Amino acid sequence: MSATVLTGIRARRRPVRSRALKPWYRNGTLVAGIVIVGLLVLIAVFAPLLAPYDPIKQNLPQALQSPSAAHWLGTDKYGRDILSRLLYGARVDLRVGFLAVLIPFVVGSVLGALAGYFGGWFDAIVMRIVDVFFAFPFYVLVIALVFVLGAGESSIYLAIAAVSWVSYAKIMRGELLVAKKQDYVVAARLGGISNRRTLLRHIGPNVLSQAVIYAMSDIVMDIMAIVTLGYLGLGIAPPTAEWGSMILDGQEFITTQWQQATIPGLAVVVTSLGLSFLGDGLADLLNPERRR
Amino acid sequence: MTGPLLSVEDLTIGTRHSGGRTVPIVENVSFDVEPGQRLGIVGESGSGKSLTLRAIAGLLPRGVEVLAGRIEYGGRDLLTMPARQRRALMGPEIAMIFQEPMTALNPVMRVVDQIAEAPRRHLGLSPKEARDLAVTMMTRTGIPDPARRARAYPHELSGGLRQRIMIAMAVSCGPRLLLCDEPTTALDVTVQLQVLRLLERLCDDTGTSLVFVTHDLAVVNQTCSELAVMYAGHIVETGTVAETFRQPRHPYTKALLESAPDFDRPDRELVSIPGFPPNVADRPAGCPFAPRCGYVQPHCLESMPPLEEVAPGREAACFESARLLEVPA
Amino acid sequence: MLDRLKFIPVRLLQSIPVAFGVTIIVFFMVHLLPGNPAVAILGQTATPERVAALSEKLGLNDPLWQQYLLFLKHVVTGDLGNSLTYGRPVKDMVLQAVPVTLTLLFYALLISLIISVPLAGLAASAPGRLRDFGVRVFTLLGQGMPQFWVGIMLILLLAVKVRAFPVGGYGETPLEHIYYLFLPALTLALTMTPTTIRSLRASTINVLGSDYVGTARSKGAAGIFLFRRHVMRNAAIPTVSIIGVNLGYLVGGSLVIEKVFAVPGIGSLMLNSIFTRDFPTIQAVALFVALFVVVVGIVTDVVYTAIDPRVDLSSKERA
Repeated sequence: MSATVLTGIRARRRPVRSRALKPWYRNGTLVAGIVIVGLLVLIAVFAPLLAPYDPIKQNLPQALQSPSAAHWLGTDKYGRDILSRLLYGARVDLRVGFLAVLIPFVVGSVLGALAGYFGGWFDAIVMRIVDVFFAFPFYVLVIALVFVLGAGESSIYLAIAAVSWVSYAKIMRGELLVAKKQDYVVAARLGGISNRRTLLRHIGPNVLSQAVIYAMSDIVMDIMAIVTLGYLGLGIAPPTAEWGSMILDGQEFITTQWQQATIPGLAVVVTSLGLSFLGDGLADLLNPERRR
Repeated sequence: MTGPLLSVEDLTIGTRHSGGRTVPIVENVSFDVEPGQRLGIVGESGSGKSLTLRAIAGLLPRGVEVLAGRIEYGGRDLLTMPARQRRALMGPEIAMIFQEPMTALNPVMRVVDQIAEAPRRHLGLSPKEARDLAVTMMTRTGIPDPARRARAYPHELSGGLRQRIMIAMAVSCGPRLLLCDEPTTALDVTVQLQVLRLLERLCDDTGTSLVFVTHDLAVVNQTCSELAVMYAGHIVETGTVAETFRQPRHPYTKALLESAPDFDRPDRELVSIPGFPPNVADRPAGCPFAPRCGYVQPHCLESMPPLEEVAPGREAACFESARLLEVPA
Repeated sequence: MLDRLKFIPVRLLQSIPVAFGVTIIVFFMVHLLPGNPAVAILGQTATPERVAALSEKLGLNDPLWQQYLLFLKHVVTGDLGNSLTYGRPVKDMVLQAVPVTLTLLFYALLISLIISVPLAGLAASAPGRLRDFGVRVFTLLGQGMPQFWVGIMLILLLAVKVRAFPVGGYGETPLEHIYYLFLPALTLALTMTPTTIRSLRASTINVLGSDYVGTARSKGAAGIFLFRRHVMRNAAIPTVSIIGVNLGYLVGGSLVIEKVFAVPGIGSLMLNSIFTRDFPTIQAVALFVALFVVVVGIVTDVVYTAIDPRVDLSSKERA
């Protein structure tokens, strides 16, 4: 075979474009999420400045007004301005939603990680407990617990915490089961690194991203739960403005003042969309190789 | 019946894009298959051999279509035939055997039902008659204890048995043309030989024609009488297996033969063909093999050599074909 | 297939610890309340004699584990006490409310399938970026809307603006039940539908592109026949387990929906008893719901095994 064969052959290869290499500000979903959530947080923080009226002060002569120049969204049955209540409601729902995630995140992740890493009887017990909790639909248990603990904000935190830690536990356990077999972990352990250090310094950062991503969707779920509890009359006590209880009040007047029930719901939809985008965007960022 | 059983003429297959732009993957492929003939189509992955087969069967993947040419079966053009008529041919006249039997069989259907499906549809048999026929087919393809195995699901059988089921399925209606897309590639070497012998026996018994697509020269040597070599979507050489192997008339065929391990000469170094086949979108104007060809001349890069007869019953698409007859110094 | 169903007894046995766990949680709900549970149940105004009598009956003076066994005994014999509000046996009230909720749930499942299957098939037959985007948006929206709010919006649109359906209630005759339950069932169905469509669409696309569909086509199969014989069952398999999981969530959702539409099922029963502190009823409902979910899990596994011959659950441990 003659040697003059390989004249100028070059396999033409297209440049590799992976989503991992895309900078965060190019990720449309992430940006949309940040914008929406950012706006909501600003609204919540500056509600006292933005709201034209006091959200809890009653004004019966002005009750059940349709939207007008004075009251952009009308008034409820106690004469309170709906727009103001909407803005203040953002403070409540967002704050409780974010805070409610913290305990389950920490407790559930730790328990799940330990169960997955050490296995054995500890794992078996934890998984049995998790199974039992999974047997209860989320709302049934939360409602029952809120009942038991009495109404009020701390009960909500406790009830949600008691129920939602299990999802974190399950996720982290799954992650740990896989992670502990990875080469870098085996190498660390063989090199004499203690279990604690391995978990904290080596495995931890890698698997934490999964829990964080789930936490984003959990916040959405918690906000849903709070709003639902509010609707059922089991949430934050009146007269505090809260979107769920606003919808409850609004349902009474669905025939005449339908915006009372509709608008707070739209607020919830926007909030969840924003958080979902944020979560999806974060997932893209943290897990480029694991496509949905 | 006069004339070839299958006649493919100037078949071009490719993808159609916005603005009317087309990207051909298989270009100007022509060959005939006579009744009882066994034609092998040989080529690397990406040469277009599978697509050619699928075009005949009407099973092109989404997005890929026939851009030009004719496919005539028994004198009728398959491409212009109404879909229903064409489907009526699939089973009793034309059947196809696929490469990977694990994925090519429906995992939730018993194998007997899968074999019986075509006879039920095309031969009008009752369920019981079709099932009996299926069991008979299983016996013919050498499946031991067919009555019991019939009720099995694909995942319960070994690879070799699954391929036999595929074959039983294909021949169940007695087709005159069998299209085989690398049916032995996914099998163990020992099983390969058995399956090939089975195919040959079945075709001998019924006079069925075979179009056998493969990249394995040894398989072609074993099973086929004629062959067509494909490269980058074109047929570059045709002829009988014996003559072509003895004296290739296209540089690609020659390189292919030389790169095959020769067990009779274990000391000989393994030779490979340098370079890669061209990307579908990148095909050069001239002969697609030119960049890798040991006989390349300037005029090879300018225009595509046509497939021409270079000897009785032999065709090659190469301007330099005559030089291959020279004995190397 | 019968021997593949052998896993059922094993699974039932495995469920027993879970069932026990459920009873433990429900039992402890009483004891989490501060103070004497009898007082909690009877209220602050109860006379000391009544408190003492109830304490005796509940065995509150016995050690905890004995109380638990007593509770278990009551559960098994079906003596769940009497409702504090109505005085009727709790068991009767629960049994009266259960069929309502079950009807609602299966009605919702039916509607969800009727919507999901064609939409998923449509989306699967022509996958493309715009369609994918549409499905994604639809799913996100579905997850972002509070269930009860969707219900209220449906009332607004279909019962107030357009008087097509009643605003709430249950009706008297079976035919009326179907009419009255339509909006609530639709609401529940809408919550389930995005996930179902997503799963069904993905698995259908998967199946349509598979080799065995190609094989079937090579035998001349096409159209409805191809779909029914080769595509349907294979595409349904992954979706069945997703539906099973969702059914569990659906029970929780039905609780809230029953309030929105004033449907007299166990959800309403539970909510009403919460407000009246009718403790025995709450306990009974929580118990029932949890056990129902466990049963749904087992039934899902059975259906799954029945339609996919590759599955063999008799040897595998549940992950």
